[in-house]
Amino acid sequence: MKNERYELNKNLAQMLKGGVIMDVSTPEQAKIAEAAGAAAVMALERIPADIRAVGGVSRMSDPKMIKSIQEVVSIPVMAKVRIGHFVEAQILEAIEIDYIDESEVLSPADDKFHVDKKKFKVPFVCGAKDLGEALRRIAEGASMIRTKGEPGTGDVVQAVRHIRMMNQEIRRIQNMREDELYFTAKELQVPFDLVKYVHENGKLPVVNFAAGGVATPADAALMMQLGAEGVFVGSGIFKSGDPAKRAQAIVKAVTNYNDPKVLAEISEDLGEAMVGINENEIKILMAERGK
Amino acid sequence: MKIGVLALQGAFAEHIKMLEKLGIESFEIRKKSDLSNAVNNNDVDGLIIPGGESTVIGKLLYDLDLFDDIKKLILKGLPVFGTCAGLILLAKEIENDNRTYLGAMDIKVRRNAYGRQLGSFFTESEFKGLGVIPMTFIRAPYISSVGKKVEILSEVDGNIVAAKKNNILVTSYHPELNDDLKVHEFFIEMCKKAK
Repeated sequence: MKNERYELNKNLAQMLKGGVIMDVSTPEQAKIAEAAGAAAVMALERIPADIRAVGGVSRMSDPKMIKSIQEVVSIPVMAKVRIGHFVEAQILEAIEIDYIDESEVLSPADDKFHVDKKKFKVPFVCGAKDLGEALRRIAEGASMIRTKGEPGTGDVVQAVRHIRMMNQEIRRIQNMREDELYFTAKELQVPFDLVKYVHENGKLPVVNFAAGGVATPADAALMMQLGAEGVFVGSGIFKSGDPAKRAQAIVKAVTNYNDPKVLAEISEDLGEAMVGINENEIKILMAERGK
Repeated sequence: MKIGVLALQGAFAEHIKMLEKLGIESFEIRKKSDLSNAVNNNDVDGLIIPGGESTVIGKLLYDLDLFDDIKKLILKGLPVFGTCAGLILLAKEIENDNRTYLGAMDIKVRRNAYGRQLGSFFTESEFKGLGVIPMTFIRAPYISSVGKKVEILSEVDGNIVAAKKNNILVTSYHPELNDDLKVHEFFIEMCKKAK
C-alpha cells in the first residue's frame, strides 16, 4: 500500500512534465499564473527575491493564505516547508496540499535531518545540486527533484551548474562497470539500489525540474536543453515588468525549447526582466542549505 | 501506421513509449508545422492527447495555433485517444468549469472529481472486451453522463471512466503509466479500421 502511494505521487510529477510551476503569494497572482498556463502554483508568503530583501526567518505560509489560493485555481497547489520541519509538513498535509516543497528557500528548521517523507501520503519535491543530494532526498521519500539554483537572484548560472553536474554524474555512473557501483554508492553516501537504478536507466528514478534563477524564456529553454523535465519560476515572473506576458512566454518556451525560431518570436517585447543579483553579489547562498 | 502525440505538456513521452512497445511509429506535435507536415504527407493515422494539465494544454492549443487544425481532423474522423487531461479537452461539457475545448466527444465530465492529490488512487477494473486491467487515477476526472451512441467501456465505483464514440476513445485514468498495453492496442485497432 505504501509503495502504491509513492507510485501515485511520482505519477503526479510526471503529469507536470514539460510544464512551468510558478511561485505566487496572493490569489490574484495565482489566477494570473493559471491563466498564463502554469502547470501548478507554489503558494508562499513572499517570493524568494523578497525573502532576500527582507531578511529574517522565513517559514511555512499561513494555511489561510494557501487555502485562499486552493479555492481560486483548479491546477495543483504546492507549498513550502522549512527543511526538517515535519510538523509544518503535517499541517500542509492536513489542508490537502498537492505537493510539499521541503525548501532551502525558507530558513532551515533542522541543520542535520530532513523530513522523513515516507511517513507522509502527500508527495514531496526537494532541491539538489548534485546527484548525491538528489539520491539522498529520494531515499528519504522525495517523489520529485529540482535543482537548487540560486532562488530570487534572476541569475541562472547556479541552476546551470547544478543540472550539468547532476547529468554528468548520471552519465558517469551509466558508463561504469557493475562492480564499480558499490564504491560509488559509498562515495555518494546513498543506497546501492538507487545507484543501480541510475546505472541501468541513465536517469533519476523521479522527475527532475530546474529551479532557481530562471528569469527569461531563453533561461527556461536552456534548462530544458540541458535535460530538465520542467521549470520552477519564482521571482522571475512577478518581479518583472509584465508578469502575465512573461509567464505565457516562459510556458511556450518550455514546450518549444528546441526551436530557436519560436523562441525568438516569444522573446520579443516582454517588458523588463527582474534586475536580479549577480552571482558575486549574493550574500546568502541558499543552495548550501540542507545537503 | 503513424500516430501523432500532442507534446505540448504532460506525460506524452509515456504514450510514445507504449506505442514503441507495440512497434508503432509516432511523432511529437509541438507546433503547427509538426501537424501540417504530417497531414500534407498523408502520414498520420491517429492522434493521442496525453495526461497533464488540461488548462495548460488547452491554452497552448490556442497560443500555438493548433486548435482549429486538430478540431478539423477529429471532426473529419481521425481516430483520437484522450487520457485524463486529454479526456477533458475532448469533452463537450465540463460540469464544474465553464471552459470547453475541442468539444468533440458527447460526454459531460467532472474535473478533479476525486479531490486533490490525496484522492489519487490505483485500482484494477473491467474494461469491456479487454478483461480486468490496471488503472491509475491522478487527480482524475470522471464522466458524469454520456450522450446517445456513446459506448461505456469501463466503470469504477459507479462512475464512468472509459468511453468510445465512433473514432474517439477516452479514459479518465492513465493506461500509459502501467505496463499493460491492451488499451493502446485497442486504440491502434480503431486506427487500423479507420484507415
